Amino acid sequence: MQLPAIKIENLTKKFGDVTAVDGVSLEIAEGEFFSMLGPSGSGKTTVLRLIAGFEKPTSGMIRLFGEDVSNKPPFERDVNTVFQDYALFPHMSVTQNVEYGLTIRGIGKSERENLAKQALALVRLEGLADRKPSQLSGGQRQRVALARSIVVKPKVLLLDEPLGALDLKLREQMQVELKQIQRELGITFIFVTHDQDEALSLSDRVAVFNKGSIVQLGTPQDIYNKPVDHFVADFVGSSNYFDAKEAKQYFDQNAAVIVRPENIQLTESSNSGLGFSGEISEVIFLGDQNRVLVKLDTGKEIFVTEVSRAFGEQRKRGQKVTVSFDASLVSVLTR
Amino acid sequence: MTTSTAEVETRLTRRISNFLYQRSRVGLALLLAPPTFWLALVYIASLSALLITAFWSVDSFTGDIEHTWTLKNFATIVGESTYQAVTLRTLGIALSVTVIDVAFALPVAFYMSKVASRGWQRFLVISMTLPLWSSYLVKAYAWRSVLSSGGILDWILTPFGIPSPGYGLEGTVITLAYLWFPFVVLPIYTALQRVPNSLIEASADLGGGTIKTIRSVVVPLIIPGIIAGSIFSFSLTLGDYIAVKIVGGATQTLGTLIFTNVGTANNLPLAAAIAFIPLGIILVYLASVKRTGALDNL
Repeated sequence: MQLPAIKIENLTKKFGDVTAVDGVSLEIAEGEFFSMLGPSGSGKTTVLRLIAGFEKPTSGMIRLFGEDVSNKPPFERDVNTVFQDYALFPHMSVTQNVEYGLTIRGIGKSERENLAKQALALVRLEGLADRKPSQLSGGQRQRVALARSIVVKPKVLLLDEPLGALDLKLREQMQVELKQIQRELGITFIFVTHDQDEALSLSDRVAVFNKGSIVQLGTPQDIYNKPVDHFVADFVGSSNYFDAKEAKQYFDQNAAVIVRPENIQLTESSNSGLGFSGEISEVIFLGDQNRVLVKLDTGKEIFVTEVSRAFGEQRKRGQKVTVSFDASLVSVLTR
Repeated sequence: MTTSTAEVETRLTRRISNFLYQRSRVGLALLLAPPTFWLALVYIASLSALLITAFWSVDSFTGDIEHTWTLKNFATIVGESTYQAVTLRTLGIALSVTVIDVAFALPVAFYMSKVASRGWQRFLVISMTLPLWSSYLVKAYAWRSVLSSGGILDWILTPFGIPSPGYGLEGTVITLAYLWFPFVVLPIYTALQRVPNSLIEASADLGGGTIKTIRSVVVPLIIPGIIAGSIFSFSLTLGDYIAVKIVGGATQTLGTLIFTNVGTANNLPLAAAIAFIPLGIILVYLASVKRTGALDNL
């Protein structure tokens, strides 16, 4: 079997009394786009810093293509990091920044220039080689940081919330480019983010972190459609949660379930005897879709998203409706 | 309706505020007048007085100052080998003190800003500045006792077969390096604090070992701090005469020469002329520092 790019075994990191990472184990394959998703303080960034070598593990092991690197300094690991604040050297030009790692590796001037030029072309920054970081926009700095890391051809690239400081439009554009660059280079990307959309849209697999541990590990589809617990269901996407008692009542299930708001049907009250009747208590128009809050006659409140109607009758507050669930689209929580 | 004094006051201050808001130049002039007055009268005027005095001479018989223009004093300090030797010695002391201070300050400041825990860091900053609260004279005399024969330094060094430096050139350098150390370490510490840790991590991440990181990333970014500190140690040493008197033995510096000429020799014009040597050196130093571009980021 092929060696995993990264193999983490029972990794724990304590800062004084605080356990930031609590017994994390995972394997990441070569060429995989792997995301670590979680709220702030969930330990995802600490795992990244442990892989990079900026922190030493309290216990556990990190293997890079089979080699134990747990106690190696960052400059002896074949991984590179794109920092959240980009960490560009302010006294160096764009080219000097990109060439920094190459200079250390003792690569000659002409080849260095060549490689730097290629890397800058890959991130579409050809024209700005002589600028200083202070003369660049946030998005451009982000690209320089990326070029500086990939130019030394790491086996694994670590990205610490690299798009966090960019505005929405730029972020969406960079997401596409990151994905393309990753496919082109074929190297393993480990991507830390607290943005669930980003994690779902970019990754081959996602690890959802909470309180220092991995709660769920799987493909974006798995994470979204089969969340293991309420935390994952709530953190990734929005959901309607039914505890065990309610699940029995509504779905005849013995464990808690969640239903995604887009998997719920709303019909006019009069024409159906199935489902649960209720009244619309709020309609939020989002352009392409409506978020409808329905208060069931049982007292339970449910969020439903519907494709918004361009013409014809609109959903209104106070409208009587019937809510029906498709049994195959109900996710039973396993924890 | 009665108006209280407080209300009248409020109305008056409001009217003044409104007046100054509408005529911002008047406000600016009022704000700048006191410091400008101070700078012009106390600082520039006294420097000019010093410059003028240097062109006068002293009647060797009566000891009175003769108010006739002469270049005699400048001819003396340029021409006589004693003055050249003292200038070179003072320059040498100032450079040694600066080099020693910077060499000690860099690792200390690095430890304080990047390695030490928060509490320990605060403790270190306080202990660095604490000596500034005690009298200069006390510290100089303390070093006199440390350097004395049979003193602490003697006691430590004798078993190793090294004689204590005693009073003289070496003692002067050691004492001055001690006295100006806080002035050197604090600007470097401040500069280091402004270097984000992620830059140091990024350098290590790209393969830079400790020495490469310090040389290519840390030092270029803290050069302004190093220069600010060196200006303090360098200029303070050039002008010092008290520590030299206390621990320098027979060592003569520009400071002690000025002191002797003002006091013992009663030759104020010559002292004024000598005072222009350190002033000139500092101007050359600042100009050369400025040319390196290191002051651009201050």
